[in-house]
Amino acid sequence: MATEAKKAWKSHLILIPFSLLMIYPVIWWIGASFKSTSELSLPTIWPKQWMWENYTEGWTFSSQYTFTTFFANTLMMEFWNVLGGVLTAALVGYGFARLNFKFRNFWFAVLMMTLMLPAQVTVVPQYILYNKLGFVDSYIPLILPHFFGGGAFFIFLVIQFIRGIPRELDEAAQIDGASVYGIFFRITMPLIKPALYTVAIFTFLWSWDDFFSQLLYLSSVEKFTVGLGLRMFIDQFEVQWGQLLAMSLLSVLPSAIIFFLAQKHFVEGIATTGIKG
Amino acid sequence: MFAKQSRIKHQHNIAGYVFISPWLIGFLLLTLWPILQSLYLSFTQYSLLDSPTWIGSQNYENIFQKDRLFVKSLAVTFTFVLFAVPIKLFFSLMVAMLLNRDIKGMSFYRTLIYFPSLIGGSIAVAALWRNMFGLDGYINHVLGWFGIEGIGWISNPNTALGTLVLLSAWQFGSTMVIFLAGLKQIPKDLYESASVDGAGVLRKFWNITLPMLSPVMFFNLVLGIINAFQMFTSAFVITAGGPANATYMYVLFLYEKAFKQFQMGYASALAWILLLIIAVFTIINFVVSKYWVHYESEGRG
Repeated sequence: MATEAKKAWKSHLILIPFSLLMIYPVIWWIGASFKSTSELSLPTIWPKQWMWENYTEGWTFSSQYTFTTFFANTLMMEFWNVLGGVLTAALVGYGFARLNFKFRNFWFAVLMMTLMLPAQVTVVPQYILYNKLGFVDSYIPLILPHFFGGGAFFIFLVIQFIRGIPRELDEAAQIDGASVYGIFFRITMPLIKPALYTVAIFTFLWSWDDFFSQLLYLSSVEKFTVGLGLRMFIDQFEVQWGQLLAMSLLSVLPSAIIFFLAQKHFVEGIATTGIKG
Repeated sequence: MFAKQSRIKHQHNIAGYVFISPWLIGFLLLTLWPILQSLYLSFTQYSLLDSPTWIGSQNYENIFQKDRLFVKSLAVTFTFVLFAVPIKLFFSLMVAMLLNRDIKGMSFYRTLIYFPSLIGGSIAVAALWRNMFGLDGYINHVLGWFGIEGIGWISNPNTALGTLVLLSAWQFGSTMVIFLAGLKQIPKDLYESASVDGAGVLRKFWNITLPMLSPVMFFNLVLGIINAFQMFTSAFVITAGGPANATYMYVLFLYEKAFKQFQMGYASALAWILLLIIAVFTIINFVVSKYWVHYESEGRG
């Protein structure tokens, strides 16, 4: 017992300084977002003079559009992305995990290969395609892929999850005369909710950070996402660092809130897919 | 009874394709067709305005024989992969082992340590990094306490790439969580019987942890390399490829060719070269894995 307690102390002794080291830049960031330019480079954490204006002035830095527009745009896009991602992952995941159809193994192998495919190979022709259809400078190129299985990773996650559910439930329902569609909606869907939460969370986080596509497809300021708004901020002639850090901090706030609310799904989600890959 | 039994095993050809149709349509239209088209485009000259003109292997010849930026960006990217991937793997394994203990407050530590990875890929952190590593930035002031005179880490060609490697190491979270899940699957009795045999910490790590963890290590290595080759946002925002092209990553080069200079054919050729490089690395990984990845044939499935 004594050695156990001693071991625990040793762990704390390493873990406390290490986690502080990891989180330190974030804490510094919070403090710096309230600092004036002259104080910014000082290694102190909290400012002598609190600059709340960093937030109010940063929010409205561009005379035409404020961050209200950028946040509203991003949240609107996220709503569709999450909806599409969850629906597709559930449907396709069920198809692969439970139904026996011709060439299933072939298509599954293809799905796994797309997991490793670098996005750059498809980006040029995709851009040309969307350009021809007149969809450039709209949210369609950003949203559409989520409805068409764009997240192969998420499909894989749901497949793995369904494989862990006993088949007996399906079979019992089948004997009672339920069709595969009935089984999917009434039995599988409720059971895979935890996996779908994970899909929703990661779809949200990853599309929030998917700067490359946003940069590519959105060009008019009124349609900008938060990421593009920040980029515009950085490209200004003279960057107001305090304001920029304040706005940057706000831009990661939605992800942070989701992370703290849904920590359990996080670790489980990564573990389910990661470990069995 | 028999009729119903056979219905259970029945093939669901139509239903199967109905369920996978969203992905299948997406795959055919948004992945397969673009891949084939980009292969075709890589043999053409195309600026979006006119229709593509077939120029044979001219793009590839120019890339390999004349384009200095290609060589430079490839060298930068290889350097980045060479450092970022092993550092991240090593770091995440160490942290995972540190966190694989049953002590009070562990979930609190895990949250603190994971948090930077959550936000690490965003443009916001790129802005933070640019500020912290600037000439008059936070890092130099801390170094000042120790009497070390700092430099402009991001504006110096010798250190700029290093700051990006460091940023990528700071975002080790998901790799670490996968290691952690793998560690938790190793049966505890293996360690106990090794202790009985008098094995020390290092021998246990070498003879039990590493072999048992090798499938997870393999997974992380394959995906880590693939992701590192595609690094874009931080190079674009923090350094914009500079100074003196010291951080001119391959994907940044591709992006500028395609969407700044609108040389779609040339960019497609670059994309195919990247695809082949990644494919070669992945195949090598799979071949070499036979010699070091141990899959358990018995027990836990």
